[in-house]
Amino acid sequence: MSIIQVVLVVIFIVSALLGYKIINRVPSLLHTPLMSGMNAFSGVTILGCLAATAATGTLGDSGVNWVARVFGYIAIILAMINVIGGFAVTDRMLRMFHEENNDGGKK
Amino acid sequence: MLSIIDLTLTGQKQATNIIPNMDPDKQILYLIIAGLLVILVMIGISMMSKVNLAVKGNLLGSLSMAMAIVLTLWAFDILTVVDLWIAMLIGTLLGMIISRRVTMLQMPQMVGLLNGFGGAASMIAGALTLINPGSEDPFSVITAGLAIFVGSLTFTGSVVAAAKLEQLITQKPIILKRHQLWTGLSALLGLVGVFLFLNQIFTSGIAEISMILATAIISGLFGIFFAIRIGGADMPIAISLLNSFSGVAGSIAGLAISDPLLVAVGGIVGASGLLLTQIMCRSMNRKLVDILLGKTSTPAGKKEAAPAAVTRETASIEEGEEKIEEDEKPDNYLDWLRESKRVIIVPGYGMALSQAQEVVKTFSDLLGARGITVDFAIHPVAGRMPGHMNVLLAEVDIPYDKLREMNDINDDFPEADVAVIIGANDVVNPAANTEVGTPIYGMPILDVESARHLIIMNYDNQPGYAGVDNPLYKERRSKVALLFGDAKASLEKLVSDLSE
Repeated sequence: MSIIQVVLVVIFIVSALLGYKIINRVPSLLHTPLMSGMNAFSGVTILGCLAATAATGTLGDSGVNWVARVFGYIAIILAMINVIGGFAVTDRMLRMFHEENNDGGKK
Repeated sequence: MLSIIDLTLTGQKQATNIIPNMDPDKQILYLIIAGLLVILVMIGISMMSKVNLAVKGNLLGSLSMAMAIVLTLWAFDILTVVDLWIAMLIGTLLGMIISRRVTMLQMPQMVGLLNGFGGAASMIAGALTLINPGSEDPFSVITAGLAIFVGSLTFTGSVVAAAKLEQLITQKPIILKRHQLWTGLSALLGLVGVFLFLNQIFTSGIAEISMILATAIISGLFGIFFAIRIGGADMPIAISLLNSFSGVAGSIAGLAISDPLLVAVGGIVGASGLLLTQIMCRSMNRKLVDILLGKTSTPAGKKEAAPAAVTRETASIEEGEEKIEEDEKPDNYLDWLRESKRVIIVPGYGMALSQAQEVVKTFSDLLGARGITVDFAIHPVAGRMPGHMNVLLAEVDIPYDKLREMNDINDDFPEADVAVIIGANDVVNPAANTEVGTPIYGMPILDVESARHLIIMNYDNQPGYAGVDNPLYKERRSKVALLFGDAKASLEKLVSDLSE
């Protein structure tokens, strides 16, 4: 393990702890949108998919290259559905929440 | 191949070359911006803890994600690679379509399915990292293997969970012969597969690709074994856990390709999923280990009770023409409502299943118009995912300040004239406080018993998901009115009787 990899593991632990602290403050009222928002963030794997797919170019001109690239496209599409779907649906939900007397459907 | 490995190894010794395949000149700037983006993401998430800031928090989050994508494309010098953009565009369009079509009731399966997509993407990213040159050191190999393991099980587990929620497969736990053994074996073999990638034989060619496929399939089987024996009402826990897994899978893929941005954001998601899982377990009085090992909450020896929330379906499908019990109510029960000053409504998943939300809104407005204070008591596990009930009620324009958390509203029940329970059972069952040894003993419940009068609407008088008889059904009729049948029909009748 290189120093960089140790640093990466530390980043993982620190961000998980920080995330745990921040999310603990979210009231249960908002747990569903929080979850779908987090779900969108889990699509961050798109970054890995983009880098890995582009790197298939270094495999040279072979069948493996071609198949790997197609799988890369599938991964990018799936991750992007996760990101866009997640954020869009979270937005849709959050906009439904409003206080009493605040326009809305109150008669 | 060997020369490539040599090249990479020498390349990694240079101080600037932190991330393989990335332009060394851009790496420092990349790391600085990535750090800033992580901070933005955290600000966005913390804004989501306040209702009035949440929409903006979500926007900030999505903007940071967009910037992260552009930053990655720039740093790897692939901004102009057209096919990547086409793939992203297709994903964007599909994501938009799905997010518009989904109903609020379907939200748990939507989140489940998206988790699965994220898991599958991480799995592929891990596999490509193994195939691509540049990540041959043991750390990268193991993390890439783990990304395949966690990604694959997240994918299959989520698909099964989503199919269960959508009722494409039965919501009851499916238990195979020797289920425990199969689960354990697939988990173990999957992990063995991860470590086999370290072996020289599996570092290139057909052997490597077969190994990737084998690991992915076995890990996927583990996900299936894990998910099929989770029952309908335990789904909030399963969905939260899979959410955590999808974050962890992304984070591990980030470790494999040495991308700190991916590691950090994936870590946050993993932690949030774990936290929600804990909250759900506590609210349902279940141990996470029990759910992972597939122990159902139904007590042994007793005839398996249908989950309260799905009673409607199971009753009609499996038991045929089961007759609905007669209502048991005193003649003056409408006067309870007419003469009350304070009413608390307790909605359960039965309300959601019969699509009674609109009628609930009408009912609450009707009471409000008579000057009665109406609140909603929301149990943390009401619905099929954390906080689900709040979203279902917000959709029909019930103001969120009326949606009260369990701990907050429990003190108010003694002051309530009537508690109206719509399609909820276990979460109001006082046996949780008294019946030592039952599955729900110790589970936090809504204290409806302290209200002066109760009106309970349920499909029948059978026990709820946990299979524990509810003593409220045996209460004297001067306190409790029981309205059996479809929640929506019961409520509609109540509303029309009341408006007469």
